[in-house]
Amino acid sequence: MSAELFTLADLKQILLEAAGVEEGIDFDGDVLDTEFEALGYESLALLETGGRIERAYGIDLDDDVLTNAVTPRALIGIVNELLTVSRTA
Amino acid sequence: MSTRTSVVVTGLGVASPNGLGARDHWEATRGGASGIGRLTRFDPSGYPAKLAGEISGFNAEEHLPSRLIPQTDRMTRIALAAADWALADAGVRPDELAGFDMGVVTASASGGFEFGQNELRNLWSQGSQYVSAYQSFAWFYAVNSGQISIRNGMKGPSGVIVSDQAGGLDAVAQARRQIRKGSRLIVSGGVDASLCPWGWVAQLASGRLSTSEEPGRAYLPFDRDAQGHVPGEGGAILILEDAEAAGERGARSYGEVAGYGATFDPRPGSGRPPALRKAVELALADAAVDPSDIDVVFADAAADPELDRAEADALVAVFGPRGVPVSVPKTMTGRLYSGAAPLDLATALLALRDGVIPAAVNVRLSPDYDLDLVVERSRNAVLRTALVLARGHGGFNSAVVLRAPASSGPRH
Repeated sequence: MSAELFTLADLKQILLEAAGVEEGIDFDGDVLDTEFEALGYESLALLETGGRIERAYGIDLDDDVLTNAVTPRALIGIVNELLTVSRTA
Repeated sequence: MSTRTSVVVTGLGVASPNGLGARDHWEATRGGASGIGRLTRFDPSGYPAKLAGEISGFNAEEHLPSRLIPQTDRMTRIALAAADWALADAGVRPDELAGFDMGVVTASASGGFEFGQNELRNLWSQGSQYVSAYQSFAWFYAVNSGQISIRNGMKGPSGVIVSDQAGGLDAVAQARRQIRKGSRLIVSGGVDASLCPWGWVAQLASGRLSTSEEPGRAYLPFDRDAQGHVPGEGGAILILEDAEAAGERGARSYGEVAGYGATFDPRPGSGRPPALRKAVELALADAAVDPSDIDVVFADAAADPELDRAEADALVAVFGPRGVPVSVPKTMTGRLYSGAAPLDLATALLALRDGVIPAAVNVRLSPDYDLDLVVERSRNAVLRTALVLARGHGGFNSAVVLRAPASSGPRH
């Protein structure tokens, strides 16, 4: 498949707007596989983030996506799957 | 009952329309500098009331981590900053104390109106998926207590008191109760900030807002030209501690929360008198002081002829004609709802410390009231004991007696 439609940079931007950055977290470091919880984002911050992704990309995220995708890599993967499906549909 | 724990105030965090921080607020207040002016946070030209006491120079990003900005209303941001200042002022580092020994009891009158207005706008203009997940709590009365608790790891008894302006005293009384039940420290007080169109129309509905457009003529309690109040934003956060524990850690005390009384007015038309006098008497009895022991009263000062009359009658009944100096620093800030009484408590404690009674600015005392109202400029006096009054819409009356620390001698 082609280049990712939803990147780590996109996710970071949305996280920043939705929930800010926890003090002491190096957000510019390698966070792709760091769990959201370790990055300081609780369930409500992720709910807000998920809502913003849905709005920005015109997709629907199931409720369990945000509980099961515990790292940025996992969430980015799911969003890209959905985007690919909606592009090819 | 003589063994009841003494509860003292060891830290002040002030955010007032006439000064950000206790020092600036107190300097402005003793100097008679008002923070009332035309609204700038939104265009008031379409509304009947156009003046407010706005806090200027508060930039939340300078005081709070970015994690808290998207999830907080302005009132919560101010409350969090004021709590930080109060804890620093008290010399308390919350991470050095046990979480369950510390609690948070604040007052709230409005909740997060501005946050809620923005989310309602999103809902109606764009749809439900555009409403912030944080709306679930950011508007909520208890949110200031909750956010202060989370930020500082305070897991002890916590809550919120909602009784309009009286709530600011009721919260402090509840904090004192929790300390007497064994809590080491309670963060108390209150901050309201609802100077947005939605908050404004809610206040207008009370029918008690002044529609004057002259800042010096708009809020004139106990004046013949009294025509309602000017709303303001802000308040104060106070650190309350068990006096003994505070003393053991060498903390400075601003004074003791020595007495408290609260009553509710009889229903309108009952023919029975308003219950403010009873609240004052209960507070004096609780503090075990006589009326002659009270050196200054910080009045509720509604600037509504009927309510001014009720307050003046209560003061004359308890203290006699012109029996005690009456101070209304609110004339420089407007009425701050749940933040008003905590701000008056902070101001009263600073007044006790410095022996200065702030004036009711711009007010010409009506000859209808037999009060010793301090007007024009602040008055120097030896102050040991102060009474702070607050009334809430619908019949709440509360009174708190503050006593200067035993060690501090008169300054004059």
